[in-house]
Amino acid sequence: MLRLEGVSHSYDDRAVLRGVTLDLAERRIGVIGANGSGKSTLARTLNGLVLPDEGRVSLGEWDTRRHARHIRRRVGFVFSDAANQIIMPTVVEDVEIGLRSLRLGRAETERRVNEILTRHGLADHRDHPGHLLSGGQKQLLALASVLVTEPEVLVCDEPTTLLDLRNTRMVHRTLDGLDQQVVLFTHDLDLLADFDRVLVMHEGRVAFDGAPTDAIGFYTKLLDEDTDPGGRAS
Amino acid sequence: MSVLGLYVPGTGPLHRIPAGPKLLALLVLGVALIAVADLWVALTVLVVALVLYPVTGLGARRALAVLRVLWPFLLAIGVFQALFVGAWTEGVRLCAQLAALVLLANAITLSTRVAEMLALFERLARPLRRVGADPDRVALVLALTIRSIPMVAAAWTAARDGYRARGLRNRPHLLVVPVIVHLLRMAEATGEALVARGIDEDSESAHR
Repeated sequence: MLRLEGVSHSYDDRAVLRGVTLDLAERRIGVIGANGSGKSTLARTLNGLVLPDEGRVSLGEWDTRRHARHIRRRVGFVFSDAANQIIMPTVVEDVEIGLRSLRLGRAETERRVNEILTRHGLADHRDHPGHLLSGGQKQLLALASVLVTEPEVLVCDEPTTLLDLRNTRMVHRTLDGLDQQVVLFTHDLDLLADFDRVLVMHEGRVAFDGAPTDAIGFYTKLLDEDTDPGGRAS
Repeated sequence: MSVLGLYVPGTGPLHRIPAGPKLLALLVLGVALIAVADLWVALTVLVVALVLYPVTGLGARRALAVLRVLWPFLLAIGVFQALFVGAWTEGVRLCAQLAALVLLANAITLSTRVAEMLALFERLARPLRRVGADPDRVALVLALTIRSIPMVAAAWTAARDGYRARGLRNRPHLLVVPVIVHLLRMAEATGEALVARGIDEDSESAHR
């Protein structure tokens, strides 16, 4: 289970996370919040992309500060702009390269790659250049490239931000069908209806933690207060 | 064909030959062609290189595309040899050698996956471990270099579209800064993705 204990982080003098303590045990967890609320930094702490200034992030016995490699093998990460995540020229090569460090051998590598491409509808595009795929297909490729390493947890940082409705639904269906635990950071509130738990980030803290309907209600109210023409906040 | 002029899926004879023997054959042929330095040998190899494309399923169109890019250089070399050296046959031989080798190298690129090429470079770079080099990283750098070509093109297109959309004309130097900024952002994001995917395994230190 992913655990955060008193996690704080700043960029220069700007605090973006303030003492966040969480146990992330549920199968589907959503995280929402306005821009600048600390969502992306929180996401990046979960697989060691960002090491907190204070506090600790762990998965079981592993700690992101001391065991970043082990954590990254167990916690996959998908970014909002899939284009930046595609490294190799073709689809099949991009999925394969994630397995190189695992030294699985040719047969096992091919089996895993073929299986993941078929499962995510990319088998017909295996030799196509990844950067020429549609937005939705690029995001599926980014997902496939991470899932082929069989992580226990998948952290997705706004994976549908750059997608149209059709592709958003496609990514949603894909995430919905995964066996892995998913921690989804998103602005797309519709994706969270079936989730087990939703956190609302506000000014670097978890301002609400509960069921999706309640969390979305809280977040909407928070936004209404922030944009109130009376100027009660911000 | 990809916009990078890279791998073209296929099952022809060139596709079935591993990367190592293909590159070795190109090396041997290149050395022999230059050592022999004969006009008729050079022309024969050029014809063979041209015929290779349709015969191996790569298509004559791809061979012509290479020549279309190459012809200004060939013309310059030929004219230089004829006017300043006074040996037009030498010019024809040099042009034939150059065209033949570029066509053959391109045929290897089109029929070999980048991953296969990288695996070969990785094997070749293994002896460098003794002097502290990391073959995996050498292969990764090559992959990223190839990957950066469409990234540069995308950055240029985005900056040019913004330039045109704002009604700017005749000041192309204004594109330099946005292209560099765009590329730096892309490079940072790609570096972060490499770490997140565990591809750069030696990098234990996280971004802060």
